[in-house]
Amino acid sequence: MNLNPKRVTLFCGHYGSGKSNLAVNYALWLRRRAFPVTLADIDVVNPYFRSKDSEAELTAAGVEVIALPFANSNVDLPSLPSAVYGAVERRDRYAVLDIGGDDRGATALGRFSPYILRENDFEMIFVANFYRPLTRTAEEALEVMREIAAVCAVPFTGIVNNSNLGEITTAQNVSSTFGEAQRLSEISGLPLLFTSVKEDLAGEFPENGIFPLTLQKKYW
Amino acid sequence: MSEKVLMKGNEAIAEAAIRAGCRHYFGYPITPQTELAAYMAKQMPKIDGVFLQAESEISAINMVYGVASAGKRVMTSSSSPGVSLKQEGISYIAGSDLPALIVNVERGGPGLGGIQPSQADYFQATKGGGHGDYHLIVLTPASVQEMADLTALAFDLADKYRMPAMLLADGTIGQMMEPVELPAESGCTVEKPWAVTGTKMAREHNIVNSLYLVPEELEKTNFERFERYKAIEENEVRYEEFMMDDAEVCVVAFGIAARVSKNAVVAARKEGIKAGLIRPITVWPFPKKAVAKAAAQVKGFVSVELSMGQMIEDVKLACDCRVPVSLCNRAGGMIPSPDEVLAAIKNMQGGNA
Repeated sequence: MNLNPKRVTLFCGHYGSGKSNLAVNYALWLRRRAFPVTLADIDVVNPYFRSKDSEAELTAAGVEVIALPFANSNVDLPSLPSAVYGAVERRDRYAVLDIGGDDRGATALGRFSPYILRENDFEMIFVANFYRPLTRTAEEALEVMREIAAVCAVPFTGIVNNSNLGEITTAQNVSSTFGEAQRLSEISGLPLLFTSVKEDLAGEFPENGIFPLTLQKKYW
Repeated sequence: MSEKVLMKGNEAIAEAAIRAGCRHYFGYPITPQTELAAYMAKQMPKIDGVFLQAESEISAINMVYGVASAGKRVMTSSSSPGVSLKQEGISYIAGSDLPALIVNVERGGPGLGGIQPSQADYFQATKGGGHGDYHLIVLTPASVQEMADLTALAFDLADKYRMPAMLLADGTIGQMMEPVELPAESGCTVEKPWAVTGTKMAREHNIVNSLYLVPEELEKTNFERFERYKAIEENEVRYEEFMMDDAEVCVVAFGIAARVSKNAVVAARKEGIKAGLIRPITVWPFPKKAVAKAAAQVKGFVSVELSMGQMIEDVKLACDCRVPVSLCNRAGGMIPSPDEVLAAIKNMQGGNA
């Protein structure tokens, strides 16, 4: 995949669109290209199933992980660790930010936006999954995108089509959303950066712009 | 695009409720069920429905009481501590013979506990919960698909038997995302001549009430209600059997524990151990007959629970303690691993219950 990584990559979108999975895979992808990478899980919305779940794998691969101090604990206390400032400000490392769902989650990003905008080397990605019931169409996705943009002060710069039905996703499920993703690109004026698919399907898409995903493992 | 969508369990309940004709939702946010309320907040105004965030769980359940009295499909949802607050209202709804749906996406307890998944409200859900003699129909989904399907069923059963139903899920099923085929639009199919809808000067007043001044009348109402419960125990038991045909060890588990257990049963079979699973889908009424039947065939039962062992009492009662029943459990927000369940199966197989 041809992708020119920016110093800071932010994954935002309707909750459940696959931001955490993408953030984890993207951080590992950067790391495989020998970039120094920090992944910051600043999802203040979801109590569990988050990028911190992959901390051991990420750490083993040499990705630095920053998470909310109480993530995956029994404390329901959204708070941002000071280390996020480091990730955002340190220009000798690449930063991948996993932002929580919807506008409520993206509010947390507002605190860091002045640094991100000043440096101006960022990709603010809207993650779209057209199989999510409240973002079935380009118009509905655009509505969510505008709600997020209104609170976080960082403008979107691109779209990733992460349309999936979880583990049962077929190549046809993915390709049938290409039209909707294209339309979202048109009505939002943002480029479609890539389409992400689980890795066993990647071979079915010979065209460029496919990003293979390893799904987080479950034991049930 | 196909009708299959990717949903969180909590959202699937909300959408299924709307499709089942529920236009009244009253709640108060609490992790890990908040997405349900958030979904209702977003969707209800678009379809002329009511989403109301009450000032407390106690208010929310009493608003449910009110709408149920008017004969409309109505629901509330919460997680364990919030459901405790609702118990008085649930008892009143049961005592007034009203259909309503209460959703509990359980978290670890007791007390404020934590926000991780749990099944420790089993006693509360199946043995009454509030004061007085009553039951809820309690359905336990084990997938996002069942979150949707059982929501629709819960409304139907509640209407049919004129009583509150509960969807007893846990945080994992509430938070996990899976593909789901949403149920078709439906609605109430039974007449509700008792509903308080205004007489329009054309009929006698309907009175919805749980207060009886004459003890003989209250006793009679209780006996009649329990006749209905008997019919439910006869007709509405639901469960799934997995590899039970020749099973020598029977795992009993519901919800997320059943999913873990299924993997353990498959692993046990690979090692030549004849394990099987009974997965209650209704925990009240409990699948007593299925367990009793299995008792004649197995060496013992393993009750797998996210609690200190609550359903195990129903398993022991159902099998009359004819064979040993062991407990494989985690508590306080933890989930048993397939290996832990497999070890418990092996113990039972080896006679070390």
